Amino acid sequence: MKRLPDWADVVLVPLISVVLAFVISALVILAIGENPVEALQIMLTGALGSAYGWGYTLYYATNFMFTGLAVAVAFHASQFNIGGEGQATLGGLGVAVVCLAFDWPHWTLALAAATVGAAVFGAAWAAVPAWLQAKRGSHIVITTIMFNFIGASLLNYLLVNVMRPVGSMDPATARFPAGAKLPTLFDMTSALGMPLFKSTPVNVTLFIALAACVAVWLLIWRTRLGYMIRAFGRSEPAAVYAGISPVKITMYALLISGALAGMMAINATMGEQKRLILNAVEGAGFIGIAVALMGRSHPFGVFLAALLFGFLFQGGAELALWTTIPRELITVIQALVILFTGALDNMVRMPLERLFLALRRPDGEARR
Amino acid sequence: MDYATILQILDSTVRLGTPLLLACLAGLFSERAGIFDIGLEGKMLMAGFAAAAIAAVSGSVWIGVAAGLCASLALALLHGLASITFRGNQLISGVAINFLASGLTVLIGQKWFALGGRTPSLEGAARFAPIELPFAEVLLPVPVAGPLYRELISGHSVLVYVAFAAVPAAWWVLYRSRFGLRLRAVGENPAAVDTAGISVVRMRYAAVAICGLLCGLAGAYLATGLSAGFVKEMTAGRGYIALAALIFAKWRPWYALGATMLFGLLEAIANRYQNIDLGAVVLPVQFMQALPYILTVVILAGFVGRAIPPRAGGEPYVKER
Repeated sequence: MKRLPDWADVVLVPLISVVLAFVISALVILAIGENPVEALQIMLTGALGSAYGWGYTLYYATNFMFTGLAVAVAFHASQFNIGGEGQATLGGLGVAVVCLAFDWPHWTLALAAATVGAAVFGAAWAAVPAWLQAKRGSHIVITTIMFNFIGASLLNYLLVNVMRPVGSMDPATARFPAGAKLPTLFDMTSALGMPLFKSTPVNVTLFIALAACVAVWLLIWRTRLGYMIRAFGRSEPAAVYAGISPVKITMYALLISGALAGMMAINATMGEQKRLILNAVEGAGFIGIAVALMGRSHPFGVFLAALLFGFLFQGGAELALWTTIPRELITVIQALVILFTGALDNMVRMPLERLFLALRRPDGEARR
Repeated sequence: MDYATILQILDSTVRLGTPLLLACLAGLFSERAGIFDIGLEGKMLMAGFAAAAIAAVSGSVWIGVAAGLCASLALALLHGLASITFRGNQLISGVAINFLASGLTVLIGQKWFALGGRTPSLEGAARFAPIELPFAEVLLPVPVAGPLYRELISGHSVLVYVAFAAVPAAWWVLYRSRFGLRLRAVGENPAAVDTAGISVVRMRYAAVAICGLLCGLAGAYLATGLSAGFVKEMTAGRGYIALAALIFAKWRPWYALGATMLFGLLEAIANRYQNIDLGAVVLPVQFMQALPYILTVVILAGFVGRAIPPRAGGEPYVKER
């Protein structure tokens, strides 16, 4: 017998966890002498009260969809890819290499090539930890953490010593050519005659992120590979018994994960910064962990959680602008979401299970 | 490179290696009891902030250290609550703790001091002064050993000596005491310990608490010994380097001393020289910074001496299945 009905497992548990995380965040705001209700109002108007706010919210959400999906795919294979940050950093390198290679005639060509570049570089950065996990049994969490730092050092080296244009002091590449400029949603809505999202960075990559959500759903629940990934994630011995190769599935799942994390760079590096800078990822790789946990590793859940974190990110920036609450409030909220939806899951689940058991008992007797 | 330069580099090796050593021993106790801890970084950061803030306010570094220990212990118990009592994922809990510390330190620091996440600079009794060991000046004329004694062995803050003393202490506790035997057993085979009538939960909480206290010392040293005050994100990945050192040391106290001092040496060299010219190749500073992580990956890959973690690490213990 299932202890919890499906709807409670999928909706109620994460919802209570998120509410708990937000209640504690509100207490933190109270504790530093600010008004949580006012703070929420500022965040709501700042992030969702105008097309401008929405533009930024959606831009951040695009980043988090990619990194959230990356963590989610790995979770399905019961692998914890904490290296989204490094893979996205390397994805940025892939984007920069592609964008600076040619004078691109049209953005569609540049976008297609940059997507491949980002995915390949991201997957390549996940490949070594994946191979070490699959073949040598080195713990994926530790190796991906190490690869985050190695990636940061590598990018630092390349930007300072190799890719920096002559005469520039800034550790960044040259600007990407005009042909590699992605249309923003403002450009697109203007062309349709109803301009929206003026001077915000949200761009065509949003649709790629949405397509990625659908693609991941198809992959996990509608393909043979997805079935193998889920089977392996649930029980390795059972998967091996069914003829599924653990090495192959670990590699596939983590390569896809790395590719998705890398693709974040199309949005940030190609869409917004238009050149490769240090720390272009801004912690989005880590926010992906919170997004995937909150979204229960389901693409639709990831989509919703990415929107929520996009809102928090933009709202947090507004808060820092209008109040004395620093942006780091978002880091605290992120930590609490990870804590409650990830690590303290049982704290919510155990009492709920007891509650449902108590509710179910009377009609169980009636049936008898 | 002359003798004085070598001594200076070794001296900063000791200074930079000390927080790594304390954090590494912290992780050692936790992971030997079967609780993975990637939250070393967060606990150090929180302790550093609490120590610097309270030392600045109270004017006494010892009250500051006590506050740092309490802050780190609180996060350690949160980790224990999530991973022991509620049998949650220990890695996810560690990640959450790192972010919690990273956010809370700035949030509270900004509210309290309004210095952009910094604490006021510590002066006088609010920070650790170097300890001159006896006869440091008298023995200075003695060739080789005199400068070595004065520059390298004497003149550190008290927490450095505590950290070095903690190595044999940790070894003794883990390998020569009953508590240590049980602690290691809990990390290898908790069911056996349970059968012997010892509480797995209590042993693991004890290990997590020791980890919290040692991380507290590491953070306090960082903010009140190595520097004079707390700066936003001042741990700068040291918790992860300590984690790397722990694997490098294969979860053993004496090896931990070697590994952390090696990584401290790498940091000292990277701080002193920008690029290292080896004649044929020039090693860029970024390579030196990445070296601890690269070495750890190589060790993890098992090509150079295999690192085998405690067998029950990362798994919550359920009494009856």
